[in-house]
Amino acid sequence: MANFPLLSLAIWTPVIGGILTLAVGDRRAGAARWAALIFSIMAFVVTIPLYTGFNDHTAAMQFSEHAVWIPSLNIHYHLGVDGISLWFILLTSFLTILVVISSWTNIQQRVAQYMGAFLIMEGLMIGVFCALDAILFYVFWEAMLIPMFLIIGIWGGPNRVYATIKFFLYTFLGSVLMLVALLYLYFHADHSFNLLTFQQIPLGSTAQILIFIAFFLAFAVKIPMWPVHTWLPDAHVEAPTGGSVILAAVMLKMGAYGFLRLSLPIVPNASRELAWIMIGLSLIAIIYVALVAVVQEDMKKLIAYSSIAHMGFVTLGFFVFNAVAIEGSVIQMLSHGFVSAAMFLCVGVLYDRMHTREIKAYGGVVNTMPVFAALMMLFAMANVGLPGTSGFVGEFMVILGTYQVYPWAAILAATSLITGAAYTLWLFKRVIFGAVTHPAVAVLKDGNGREILVLGSLAFFTLLLGIWPAPFLDILHSSVQHLVEQAAINKIPA
Amino acid sequence: MTDITAHWTLALPEIWVLSMACVTLLADLFFAAKLRNIAAVLTGLTLVGAAALTFMLMGQRGAAFNGMFIADPFANVTNLFSYLSVFLVVVYSGRYLRERGLYRGEVFVLLLFALLGVMIMASGGNLLTIYLGLELLALSQYALVAMYRDSLVATEAGLKYFVLGALASGLLLYGMSLLYGLTGSLDVQDIAAGLVNVTGSNLVLVFAMVFITAGIAFKLGAAPFHMWLPDVYQGAPTAITLFLASAPKLGAFALIIRLLVDGGYGVMAVWQQIFIVLALASLVVGNVIAIAQGNIKRMLAYSTVGHVGFLSLGVLAGTLNGLASALFYTVVYVLMSLAGFGMILLLTRAGFEAERIDDFKGLAQRKPWYAAMMLIIMFSMAGVPPTVGFYAKLAVFQAVIDAGYVWIAVIGVLLAVIGAFYYLRVVKVMYFDAPEDAAPEIARDDVAAAFMSVNSVALLILGILPGPLMAFCIYALQGVI
Repeated sequence: MANFPLLSLAIWTPVIGGILTLAVGDRRAGAARWAALIFSIMAFVVTIPLYTGFNDHTAAMQFSEHAVWIPSLNIHYHLGVDGISLWFILLTSFLTILVVISSWTNIQQRVAQYMGAFLIMEGLMIGVFCALDAILFYVFWEAMLIPMFLIIGIWGGPNRVYATIKFFLYTFLGSVLMLVALLYLYFHADHSFNLLTFQQIPLGSTAQILIFIAFFLAFAVKIPMWPVHTWLPDAHVEAPTGGSVILAAVMLKMGAYGFLRLSLPIVPNASRELAWIMIGLSLIAIIYVALVAVVQEDMKKLIAYSSIAHMGFVTLGFFVFNAVAIEGSVIQMLSHGFVSAAMFLCVGVLYDRMHTREIKAYGGVVNTMPVFAALMMLFAMANVGLPGTSGFVGEFMVILGTYQVYPWAAILAATSLITGAAYTLWLFKRVIFGAVTHPAVAVLKDGNGREILVLGSLAFFTLLLGIWPAPFLDILHSSVQHLVEQAAINKIPA
Repeated sequence: MTDITAHWTLALPEIWVLSMACVTLLADLFFAAKLRNIAAVLTGLTLVGAAALTFMLMGQRGAAFNGMFIADPFANVTNLFSYLSVFLVVVYSGRYLRERGLYRGEVFVLLLFALLGVMIMASGGNLLTIYLGLELLALSQYALVAMYRDSLVATEAGLKYFVLGALASGLLLYGMSLLYGLTGSLDVQDIAAGLVNVTGSNLVLVFAMVFITAGIAFKLGAAPFHMWLPDVYQGAPTAITLFLASAPKLGAFALIIRLLVDGGYGVMAVWQQIFIVLALASLVVGNVIAIAQGNIKRMLAYSTVGHVGFLSLGVLAGTLNGLASALFYTVVYVLMSLAGFGMILLLTRAGFEAERIDDFKGLAQRKPWYAAMMLIIMFSMAGVPPTVGFYAKLAVFQAVIDAGYVWIAVIGVLLAVIGAFYYLRVVKVMYFDAPEDAAPEIARDDVAAAFMSVNSVALLILGILPGPLMAFCIYALQGVI
C-alpha cells in the first residue's frame, strides 16, 4: 500500500473523470450531471487513504512519487504531501462534490462542459498542493487558470467577460515573474527544479529579496492581498455560484500555500527582512478592506471583501514566524474554506430564487425560509469568529501568536472582531430579518433537500473544527514546526 | 582533384524532390484534365518518398560536391519537419484552393520547389549554395503569394513581398561578399577557420555580420525588419499564408545555423548583440501591435513577430542549450501556426474568408470541437501550460537566464502577458459571444478536420510529454556546436 501512487490517483481521477464528462456531451445533460457526481465522489474517496495513512510524527514528505519527466531540462514528476498540503487536498476534493451537487439544477447551459471544467480544475488544484518539482508546480498553477477563465466567462453574470479577462491577466502577470525566479533558482541549484533542493541552497541577500518579490507578486495576487486585490470582487460577483465557491475556498489558498512552500523556506532571510511590509499589508486588509465590506450593496461583493480581510489574518500569521500563528493561519484557511464556500452557496440559494444579489431586494427571508435562515445564521457567526465555530480557532491562534511578537499588530488585528461583526451581522439582518417588504420574498420556498444537504455538511465541519480542532492540529504540528525552523535559518553565504 | 560526385547519395532526398517536382509539372500538364488531383497526389508521394530517404540517411554526416553540400542531423531534422509542414499545407488547403479556382498544378509544383529551397539552405556548406536555396525558396514564395490574380490585395502583397524580399536578399548577399573579402573563401568551414584571426572590433567584420543578420532577420520576420509580414500574411490567400508561416521559418532558422553558427561561431559576440536588439524589438512590436488587430491573419502575423522574438532569445544565448531551445521553439511555432491558419481555412467558404476575429464569434456553440481545438492553439501560442507553447517559452527563458541575461527574461515574460491578451480575445469571442446571424454554415471537410484534430491534440500531448521532441532538437544540433 505504501508504494501505491495515491497522489497520482488523487490528481488524475478527477482530470480523467472531467474529460469523460465532457465526452458525455451537453445534449445529455442529466447523464453529464450523474457522471460528474460519480467522478467527484470517486475523486474524494481516493483522497481518504491519504488521511488514514498519514504519519503525523514526521515533517518529511509522504506518499512520495518520483519519476523523470523531461530529461533534457531535468524536470521531474515529483509529488509528496506534508501535514499542510494534506488538508488542502481533502478540502478541494470534498468541496468539488458540493459544487457538483449545488449546481445540479441552476446550470442549464452546456452542463457537461461546466461539470467537466470543475473536475479538471479539481485535479489541477490538487496537483499544485502535491507538486515538489518547481516546473510541475508551475504547470498546475497556470493550467488551473484555463478552466476558471471559461467558468467565469461562460456561466457568469452580465459583466463576466471583463471580470474573467481581468482575472486571467492579473494572475498570469503575477505568475510569470515567479517562473523567472524559479529558473534562476534552477541554475543556482545546479540544474535541479526540486523544491526541497531549493530550500537548502544558499542565496545572497539581493537575490533573496528579488526572488521574494517575484514570489510575492504571484502569491499576493492569488491570495489576494491589498492592493492587488481588485480582480477578486469582480471575479466573484460575475462567477456562477460554483465558481465563487472554488475561487474563495481553494484558489485563494494557493497563494497562501505558495508562501508556506516557497517563500518562507527558500528565501528565509528576505522573508524576515520584508516581514514588516507583509504585516503592514495584512493589517490594511484586515482593517481597511473590512470597512470596505461594510458599505457593499451586493451580497457577493460583500463576502468577497470579507474573504480578503480573512486572508489578511492568514498572511499576518505567516510573517510573525511562530508555530502558533502559522498553525492558526492554516486553520483559518480551512475554516475560511468551509465558511466562505457556505456563504457563497447561501447567496446562490437566494439568487436561484430571486435572481438578484442586491441586499435591498431582500428582507424578512426568515419568515419564508426558516431552516435556511438557521443554517445561514451559523455561517454568519462563523464568519464573525464566534467561539464554538471554526472561525474563532484560527483568528484566536493568529492573534495569540502575533501578540507574542508584535502586540500592537495583534491589537489592530483584533479590531476585525468588531468590523467583521458589523458587516456580517448587518448583512444578515437586512437580508434575513425584518418585515417582508417585497412580494417576491413572501412566496419564497425553503431550501430543498439538496441545498440543505450541502449546507448541512458544511455546517458539520464548521462546528467540528470549532469545537474539536485537535485532530486538525495534530496533523499540522510536525510540518509547521519544521517550517518554523526552516524560516529561521540564515541562508546568506558568509 | 577529388571527384566532385563523391558521396552524392547524401543528397538523395533533394534529388528526389527536384525530380518529382519536374514530374509533377509534366504530369499536371498532360493529365490534369482527367485526373484533377494528380498534382496533389504526386506531391504527397514526393513527401512520403523524401521522408523515407531522409530516414534512410538519418544520422550520417558528410559533405558532397566538394563541400558545397553538407549532410548532418540538423539538415535531416529540418527536412523532416519541412516535409511534415508541406504535407499539412496540402491537406488543409485543398478545399480552399478548389473553391477559389486555385487548385492548379503550379501551386503544388511551387510548393515543392520552395521545399527544395528550404532543404538546400539546411544543407548548404557554401555561401553560394545557401544563397541558391534561399532564392529558390523566395522566388517560389513570391509567385505563390501573387498566384490569386483575381484578388487585388494578393497581387499587391506579392509585389510588396518581391520588392522587400529582393532588398533583403541584396543585404544578405552584400554581407556574404564582405565575408568573402575578409576570408577569401565562400566555403563555410573555411570562413569559420578564417575568422579565427579576425577580432571583433574589425569594422568589415561588423558590417558583414550586420548585413547578414539583417537579411536573416528579414526572412524570419524579426522587428524592425518585419514590415512586409503583416501585409503579406493578410494579403496572400490563406492557404499560401499557411505555407509562408511554416517551412520557410525552418529555412530561416537554417540560415542562422549555417551562416552564424557554422560560419561565425568564433565571432558570436558580434551577432549576439544584434540579436538582443532584434529579440527585444520583436517582442515589443509583435505583442503590443497585435492587440489592435481585428483581422485574425494580421493578428497572427504580428504574433509571428512576437514568436520570432522569443526564439531569438534562444539564439542570442548562443549555447547548444540555447540553439536547441530556439529550434524547439521554431518547430513548435510551425506546428502552432499550421494549426492556427488551418483553423481559418476550415471556416472559410467560397466567397467567405473567415479572416475577421469576429468570424469566430460563438464558434463554441456552432462547432464545439473546432472551438476546443482553437482554444488549445490559442493557449499554446500564449504559452499557458499544459500546452507545448509553454515549454517552448520555458526552454528559451532558461537558455537566456543560463547565458546571464535575467533582465531580458523579465522583459520577455512581461511581454508574454501582454501577448496573452489578444489570444484570450479569440477565446473570448469563440466561447463568450453569441454567433453572428450572418455567419455562413461551416463546410464539411472531414479529412482536413481529422488532421487538424491530430495537429491540435499534438500541441497538448507534446505539452504533457515534451521530452522526446526536446531530445530530438538537441540531437539535431549536437554536431553543429
